[in-house]
Amino acid sequence: MNLTLKIWRQKDSNTKGQMVDYKVTDISEHMSFLEMMDVLNEQLVSSGEDPVAFDHDCREGICGMCSMYINGEAHGPDRGVTTCQLHMRMFKDGDTITIEPFRATAFPVLKDLVVDRSAFDRIQHAGGYISVNTSGNTQDANAIPISKHAADEAMDAATCIGCGACVATCKNSSAMLFVGAKVSQYALLPQGQVEAADRVRNMVAQMDLEGFGNCTNTGACEIECPKGISLDNIARMNRELMKASI
Amino acid sequence: MGGFFKSSIGRKVAMALSAFFLMFFLLQHFSINILSVFNPDLFNEVSHFMGTNPLIQFVLQPVLIFGVVFHFVMGFVLEIKNKKARKVAYVKNNGAANSTWMSRNMIYSGVAILAFIVLHFIDFWFPEINTKFIKGDWSGTIEGVEGFRYYEELTHKFVSPIRVGAYVLAFVFLALHLLHGFTSAFQSMGATAGRKKTLQNIGKAYSIIIPLGFIFIALYHHFNH
Repeated sequence: MNLTLKIWRQKDSNTKGQMVDYKVTDISEHMSFLEMMDVLNEQLVSSGEDPVAFDHDCREGICGMCSMYINGEAHGPDRGVTTCQLHMRMFKDGDTITIEPFRATAFPVLKDLVVDRSAFDRIQHAGGYISVNTSGNTQDANAIPISKHAADEAMDAATCIGCGACVATCKNSSAMLFVGAKVSQYALLPQGQVEAADRVRNMVAQMDLEGFGNCTNTGACEIECPKGISLDNIARMNRELMKASI
Repeated sequence: MGGFFKSSIGRKVAMALSAFFLMFFLLQHFSINILSVFNPDLFNEVSHFMGTNPLIQFVLQPVLIFGVVFHFVMGFVLEIKNKKARKVAYVKNNGAANSTWMSRNMIYSGVAILAFIVLHFIDFWFPEINTKFIKGDWSGTIEGVEGFRYYEELTHKFVSPIRVGAYVLAFVFLALHLLHGFTSAFQSMGATAGRKKTLQNIGKAYSIIIPLGFIFIALYHHFNH
């Protein structure tokens, strides 16, 4: 298929960016979106132009690095996928595809489609962990009884790959689905109880400090999340913070 | 607890609490207004009680005004903060792919409701305050009207088709606001039940029946007086 791409080009974080049009031809419908971007970049390199910078790593939907906003949606029009799992069969011959970086004040653009998502790392550092002794005296995990329901819910929350699609999608650039998932995965388990109050207080405080917006429960994040993280995690985080504040 | 209300989640909770209060107020306001259709005498009696009872006038009324002002001011404050969280807008954004129009436009439906409240205050609340607190007339009567004045005043306001049109439009916006706001308030309070069918259905019923009821009252009096 032949496509027109409208891509955000920005030299660096201090330079103003703009949309630039490119043509790509003979794209296979079996290619992933990133492979299509590779074809474009080969074309640009061979013509002596600067290739389009974009984040990618595992290319199998696990690392959460690919971060494009495609035709007005995080990771494009498919559901439950990252950009590397998005296939060109989702588009038609002759389509014009708009490709932008994830937009949020807390995710500044570094170059073209690459954004700085270290705000998520700082939120994790603020409390997204449990302090356990791993020196060899660690208690056997199976010795701690956990209900199947709690284990399943904690596992569902832990599948968050921190890609930032929730922030990119949210009309308020809120990070509450991400933080809600990180708070929930420990709040549901006995190992997370000791630091539960400090965890939610510190992670929410860091989230606010980073300049993310306020959640207004549109539910867009849950729809666009490649891992299907549920809004229930935001509700749980709200309850955890209320509990920690009383 | 003070620090809690300074956090983003605390503000959400504060918005939800004021929303619950306003939704309860709306329900009682509707319960009284619908009496004007079925039993004008009872409507007059209840209106007089509400308009002269010291607990309602001096305790609940200031709480209501605070609730209304708080909900609007906080709504604007949060909107400004949220706009700052994305200074560069997307060239192409397909919001309809993942969220409802109502959820994305609460600020606009809210502004429409605010405009209506201004009209409503000019129509009803300011004259009431003038009569009772400035003129000192707590009798609930007026010259030329037998018994209490409230029913007469209400029906008089719905003579103008322009006012009735504005009234109907405002309640359409209120329905749109509530269609997202009802379940959103529960979600903000940490209720996962907000996503379950029962509460969603109650929310839809409330959001449609109450505004539709107010529209019915306005149209009923417009076409019958």
